[in-house]
Amino acid sequence: MTTLIKGTTLPNGSRADLAIEHGVFVDAAGVTADRTIDASGLIALPGLVDLHTHLREPGFEQSETVLTGTRAAAAGGYTAVFAMANTQPVQDTAGVVEQVQALGERAGYATVRPIGAVTVGLKGERLAEIGAMAASRAQVRVFSDDGMCVHDPLLMRRALEYVSTFGGVVAQHAQDPRLTEDAQMNEGVVSARLGLAGWPAVAEESIIARDVLLAEHVGARLHVCHVSTAGAVEVIRWAKARGIRVTAEATPHHLLLTEELAEGYDARFKVNPPLRTAEDVEALRAGLADGTIDIVATDHAPHPAEAKECAWGEAANGMVGLESALSVVHAAMVDTGLLGWADVARVMSRTPARIGGLRGYGDAFALGTPAHLALYDPAAHTTFSADSLHGRSTNSPYLGRELPGRVVHVFHGGVATVLDGELRPAEEVSR
Amino acid sequence: MRHLLSTAELTRQQALAILDTAEDMADVSGREIKKLPTLRGRTIVNLFFEDSTRTRISFEVAAKRLSADVINFSAKGSSVSKGESLKDTAQTLQAMGADGVVIRHPASGAPHTLAHAGWIDAGVVNAGDGTHEHPTQALLDAFTIRRRLHGAGSRGRDLDGVAVTIVGDILHSRVARSNIWLLALLGAKVRLVAPATLLPVGIGDWPVEAGFDLDAAVGERPDVLMMLRVQGERMHDAFFPGEREYSREWGLTDERLARLPASTMVMHPGPMNRGLEISAAAADSPASTVLDQVANGVSVRMSVLYHLLAGEES
Repeated sequence: MTTLIKGTTLPNGSRADLAIEHGVFVDAAGVTADRTIDASGLIALPGLVDLHTHLREPGFEQSETVLTGTRAAAAGGYTAVFAMANTQPVQDTAGVVEQVQALGERAGYATVRPIGAVTVGLKGERLAEIGAMAASRAQVRVFSDDGMCVHDPLLMRRALEYVSTFGGVVAQHAQDPRLTEDAQMNEGVVSARLGLAGWPAVAEESIIARDVLLAEHVGARLHVCHVSTAGAVEVIRWAKARGIRVTAEATPHHLLLTEELAEGYDARFKVNPPLRTAEDVEALRAGLADGTIDIVATDHAPHPAEAKECAWGEAANGMVGLESALSVVHAAMVDTGLLGWADVARVMSRTPARIGGLRGYGDAFALGTPAHLALYDPAAHTTFSADSLHGRSTNSPYLGRELPGRVVHVFHGGVATVLDGELRPAEEVSR
Repeated sequence: MRHLLSTAELTRQQALAILDTAEDMADVSGREIKKLPTLRGRTIVNLFFEDSTRTRISFEVAAKRLSADVINFSAKGSSVSKGESLKDTAQTLQAMGADGVVIRHPASGAPHTLAHAGWIDAGVVNAGDGTHEHPTQALLDAFTIRRRLHGAGSRGRDLDGVAVTIVGDILHSRVARSNIWLLALLGAKVRLVAPATLLPVGIGDWPVEAGFDLDAAVGERPDVLMMLRVQGERMHDAFFPGEREYSREWGLTDERLARLPASTMVMHPGPMNRGLEISAAAADSPASTVLDQVANGVSVRMSVLYHLLAGEES
């Protein structure tokens, strides 16, 4: 199968034809195409890479599976996702990470790269078998207890050092557990009025400050998950200026939504870290624009309906985000003039791939490289609805909201996963 | 008015209408036959996910004096404690044809969710949700203040210029939140006194003055001193070092009581910790309105149920 994509707009703004054959990009000049896609008006982005996805399998298949989660990923323009370790059993052994990797390979919608737990059972007590996971068929390079913070300072120091032995990185969920006991939303004017226990910004910022200093001391890399506060952006900016090897991610929802959404006690807006203030959103956008924040990662966190249809304090934290991420970045960063499409390609594909040690995303569309590609219509507008979602859960904060843009075609390793805005059937994509 | 979820949602006119109707209801309670036919044939469910015998009984008496049928649905020993969700409980009440639901819940916002999630058509009264609000308590407090100040001439009056000092655990107090919005709406000057640990972060835009010094506040000779209940377990969470220090710094002791003018009302939402936030002498003094508050609670709750369910107001 040879696919010719005619007249697409590259991230740098130039027009080009792209051709795909045997899973790789080939010279478009003179190919005999089996399938021709008119891509005029569509932006060609390298396949998006999500460094922070919860696929929920094994253990929470009522929320999501590797298959349904990667279908959601493909629908959002993603061709690779890093699957967080808080499954049941936890991804803290070679066996579990290899299982998740294999499920991803079978499904075919996106490359699934398992993240290994830092500590056994995410309990924060002793190191998981990091070496075994790194040496397994899954070749784990990112380690995280996400959902839980590696809060013990000595254990965090050891984790940073030990993971560096295998060329990996610790992705820290920065949340001081004592400062956030029973926390329900950002601590501030809204929490004071609503009578919901506060999640103070300092609980995030103090852990990040400690961790960048630990990373500096031991000479290790650190990645900070879902940065959500203006103060955290300042700390990371300071650390980078000092030469500390830290990278950081922001989620789409922290780039667009604010804490006032808690006022209706609608638990779709309950997430951890919580939605913050408009000032925090501004600081995150500025940080992403100036490179302090390296990447956008979704923290796609599916939950069944009953975990959200209840009182706020009893509801689960988390939002699904794979299908909406590109449109939200479009609204928050591109329409505001803070990022161009080449920057979007960098923060949503090239840099997350580099942080995660994922090959094949270094040189977008280069001849002979795997054809991971998303074609995006920036002129489209959609009212985001449950029909826009393709995973197993519908806990999106954007339902009913107007969002710009539309993912039209997606290729993962040359295989079409989305054509004309529709997911291709599993039997066509499966390997 | 379809629901009563928060005093922050009330207009001044609505608040005064509730207080004025409560005056009429108080007259009924003074009669030999303490019953009106107003809600005959209507069903009110007291849905209590948290123990509160006082509040439940107050609502039950109020509903029965309006001739409503009352069902008490307590979480203890019911399917609720076996994992049934708020949604399932709500749908059950809907299927049974409840006209009004009075809900007490440990989670802030649960009454709001019950009223707005589309599970139920009944009017919802918040009888205390987590650390959010307890609007009928604030209404009965305002009613009590107004009666003490104006007696039989209370109807139509607001609380313009009345100085109210609320003392204690503002952070965890649903009574304080509801009182702050309602008292400010009615024109009162509200002052909060508490250790910094028990004042929420983010109250800069609240219509109050906040401070730490109870002696200074007593020296201001407030019209009303409202003492909040202190939960003993707060000590273990480092909000304050111990009962003795709390009592010394923020309790209404006999010495502070003696410094207050005789006209100052001493209020407490109950149940009281005598000797902790309030001395026995203060609780039993003529300045204390504690028993008035209990009696007025029935009249105010009759008024609220009337305004929600009798349907004469838009």
